[in-house]
Amino acid sequence: MLTRSEVAKLAALARIELSDAELDEMAGQLDIILGAVAAVSAVATQDIPPTSHAVPLTNVMRDDVVNWQPRAAAMLAGAPDVEDDRFRVPHILEEEQ
Amino acid sequence: MSDITSLITATAAELGQRIAAREISSVEVVRAHLDQITATDEAVHAFLVVDTERALAQAAAVDARIAAGERLGPLAGVPIAVKDLLCYEGLPTTAGSRILEGWVPPYSSTVVRRLNDAGLVILGKTNLDEFAMGSSTETSGYGPTHNPWDLTRTPGGSGGGSAAAVSAYQAPLAIGTDTGGSIRQPAAVTGSVGAKPTYGMVSRYGIIAMASSLDQAGPVARTTLDAALLHQVIAGHDPLDSTSINAAVADVVGAARSGDVKGLRIGLVTEFGGEGYAPGVELRTREAVTALSAAGAEVVEVSCPHFVHALATYYLIMPAEVSSNLARYDGMRYGLRVGDDGDNAVETVMRLTRGKGFGTEAKRRIILGTYALSAGYYDAFYGSAQKMRTLIARDFTAAFEQCDVLVSPATPTTAFRLGERVADPMAMYKSDLCTIPANLAGVGAASFPCGLAPEDGLPVGFQVMSPALADDRLYLVGAALERELTAKWGGRLLDQAPLLPGTKVVR
Amino acid sequence: MPYDEVVARFEPVLGLEVHVELSTKSKMWCGCPTDFGGEPNSHVCPVCLGLPGSLPVVNRLAVESAIRIGLSLNCDIATWCRFARKNYFYPDMPKDYQVSQYDEPLCFDGNVAVEVGGLTYQVPIERVHMEEDAGKLTHVGGAGRISGADYSLIDYNRAGVPLMEIVTKTIHGTGAAAPEVASGYMAFLRDMVRALGVSHGRMERGNLRCDVNVSLTPRGSSELGTRSETKNVNSLRAVADAVRYEMMRQGAILAAGGRVKQETRHWNEGGYTTPGRSKEEAQDYRYFPEPDLVPVAPDPAWVDELRATLPEHPALRRARLAADWGFTEREFGDILAIEGALELIADTVAAGTTPAAARKWWLTELARRANEAGVALDELPITPAQVAEVQALLADGAVNDKLARQVIEGVLAGEGSPAEVVASRGLAVVSDTEALDAAVIAAIAADPEAAAKVRDGKVAAAGALIGAVMKNMRGQADAAKVRELILAKLG
Repeated sequence: MLTRSEVAKLAALARIELSDAELDEMAGQLDIILGAVAAVSAVATQDIPPTSHAVPLTNVMRDDVVNWQPRAAAMLAGAPDVEDDRFRVPHILEEEQ
Repeated sequence: MSDITSLITATAAELGQRIAAREISSVEVVRAHLDQITATDEAVHAFLVVDTERALAQAAAVDARIAAGERLGPLAGVPIAVKDLLCYEGLPTTAGSRILEGWVPPYSSTVVRRLNDAGLVILGKTNLDEFAMGSSTETSGYGPTHNPWDLTRTPGGSGGGSAAAVSAYQAPLAIGTDTGGSIRQPAAVTGSVGAKPTYGMVSRYGIIAMASSLDQAGPVARTTLDAALLHQVIAGHDPLDSTSINAAVADVVGAARSGDVKGLRIGLVTEFGGEGYAPGVELRTREAVTALSAAGAEVVEVSCPHFVHALATYYLIMPAEVSSNLARYDGMRYGLRVGDDGDNAVETVMRLTRGKGFGTEAKRRIILGTYALSAGYYDAFYGSAQKMRTLIARDFTAAFEQCDVLVSPATPTTAFRLGERVADPMAMYKSDLCTIPANLAGVGAASFPCGLAPEDGLPVGFQVMSPALADDRLYLVGAALERELTAKWGGRLLDQAPLLPGTKVVR
Repeated sequence: MPYDEVVARFEPVLGLEVHVELSTKSKMWCGCPTDFGGEPNSHVCPVCLGLPGSLPVVNRLAVESAIRIGLSLNCDIATWCRFARKNYFYPDMPKDYQVSQYDEPLCFDGNVAVEVGGLTYQVPIERVHMEEDAGKLTHVGGAGRISGADYSLIDYNRAGVPLMEIVTKTIHGTGAAAPEVASGYMAFLRDMVRALGVSHGRMERGNLRCDVNVSLTPRGSSELGTRSETKNVNSLRAVADAVRYEMMRQGAILAAGGRVKQETRHWNEGGYTTPGRSKEEAQDYRYFPEPDLVPVAPDPAWVDELRATLPEHPALRRARLAADWGFTEREFGDILAIEGALELIADTVAAGTTPAAARKWWLTELARRANEAGVALDELPITPAQVAEVQALLADGAVNDKLARQVIEGVLAGEGSPAEVVASRGLAVVSDTEALDAAVIAAIAADPEAAAKVRDGKVAAAGALIGAVMKNMRGQADAAKVRELILAKLG
């Protein structure tokens, strides 16, 4: 059972502002979804190896070679705020009371 | 038949041949399709952005190269629509989300580069569910796409825009991406062909990630051969994608041209039928199997017992990866930023940005995934789901010992009405019941049109699944089915679609 | 409470987490350069900026470097391991997750012996894993500190530079030597990564960053005390000081019957630690295997190949070089006192120079020039091979000592190799006997008085004539040869 306050905690962890209405709706829906997926853990027991990719590959690596063009302007072009060729962002710490 | 009708209803293969032979120019072909988009897209809303000038310039460049005697590939000069999940330098790429509104990528995806290199002309970007998360194109931040067969219905999703563009004759070809069925399910409900190659055969570089271990781009077309020709162009190893498979691409074009299924063992998945399946879907699926049998295939029934858990498995793995993949949309480096008033700290601005920029489905999946990965739940959720993935892959392995391909309906019902499943996530998720196993196991799969459901006159899709790396078998079966059924229908299925308001197609 | 009393009542338990920034040419996942000091956001691309759709590809040299570090720490090397995403939001991290390793590190279960005051202490190694660095935040307003800042600016040039994290198990039994064991271990790591050539190993530049965990256990008790974690301690001395400071601080709290708080602390230049920000909730990083990367599975042949490239253990190597070179303890100590000098001298010797000459060049002329330029010795734009070439020119008599210094000056000024500098500056000693003969005859003619004295057997008077010749030849003559010629003519 996923409570409303647990959903609020998850939303905070995921940095998503949710309205009260969204919280209410989502708690109910997530609960239904979680109920529907619960069977998986019952069937998939201890001694089965996990699969992450269909065709298992290993050791895919590149040589240590510099391959780059200076494109600072293009990289900064999509930024919401720029100052002195740096990404400008709000202050990090919440203000002290 | 008017000139424009012949240009926009022709197959990509025909267009490529005639452009190469200089019977028609790429510019006139592209112009005809741009006209059809202008005429019909107000009703369909398949496109989010049309790149008119660059498309015409690319077409003119192809014409010039051909005039200069260059021999280009079979699709040179042919127009194509690209799902707005693929980065294309210089053209806004939104992933269907308001959080990326106006973002113009400074680089192109490998698939886009391959299209350019093969001389295909990109018309624009097609609509999709937000970050490809949905089965109806209704979660798009830019409004839903309408099904050209019935404008009150959805074209499926997430790649509803690509499927609708192809079935509305706005483009002969389109690129889709398929994480749980986003190429095949829209293809099924719009009467088009859509294929999800084996995971790793098409580079994911530059394609905005939804669930990295499941995402795979593939072709959308009106015919099996066209889909195969496009598959050939986009598939192949890419050193920029670590999960890209370094193996030769199966001869998909040869298979599509042959369509010889004599002696091919076809396994009908017994789990996909019965309750929840529309009668017309079951009927046309059975007929398709009969047609293949008549063409010389051997038909067996195969049970894949873990397939019933595929949907639940998917809804653990996919949201987990989504929650991490979508973390970067935080308003710091690109895209939307909300609440930066000088007082709010960075955490608040991130929260407000994501709260405003993401739609409901994106939020739902991010929170679900955050839960599935959080301390104390990982083993029960994500860990178990990865084990279930193994069991599903084993089902495929066992099945492919009894048969060469597996077949099933592509989706349990025909196109549903806009709004019908919006408030009921589980009902929406069930649209992907049949398509998800192939994503979880990474095998190749495709949907081919197999008729109209008698009860509503809407298209039904027939799914074919092949072992990993044997994607040619999809086209072998698709071509056989297309040959048998078009003979029976006396034409293509799409010829039976109602004419869209304003369409340039004249019958 | 005095330090001795703290040690008498409590047993310190240490844990060290060290981040090593590798010196690969390109970043961990993309081809962007790792060079320090580019224009802001110039060394970035879609991958290290985490743009939508971009994907990482592992730098093979970074993996090999990690394996070589692991082998040097006597670790086992995993036969199969994965990368994992560590999920948390922070604006210096472009993807809002860090690609790292979680429960499957590349190297694990090693140990290092650290010598302090003639005693050997074992430092057990828990793991070595691979990850990526973040961008650099600059705070504007509030005196440039994070707290009170108006806003912040981000440069992502450093984002994606390969980092190795080396984590010890808890280190017991160090007693009063705990601070020196900690700094001795750091010194070992620094020397090791430099000898391996995998990192510049400069603590002051942040190439090596140390987090110091300290707790105290009352003697006779088996219960572990609560630990503090002091972040970003960035010099050998600071490592020792931070350990000592935390031992003293915690000892005082425990002796007064208090409880040590489990917390993150900051190291201050003034030599003390202060509490960091306390997080309300425990971090939940939601690790899961990175789906954009495939596992690393080093096969034994590859590991053996890498093992064969390992340099000698730094302590053994030092002992061997000291014996080979035959310097006094003090002379050798002078070499060790200058960072990088040992390697430079060793390389110069390897290029054919005698140890004494190599030591002389690096510790006098070159050390002086490095000092003047305000750079480290090994940052001077001259290679050991070039120094060896200059010394060879000197030994052959092609240049004299004064000219050799000018050759060095030319090389440092970027004028090319020693041979090129000699040619372009015209610094070669004149060995053309005819030209020398003419100069000698001219000098004798110009100073008959001196010449007469020499003829009379007053050899010392030849000095004036030699000086005149050298002046005439603009110093580009071998003085011994000139003297020989003069004596022959006046003999």
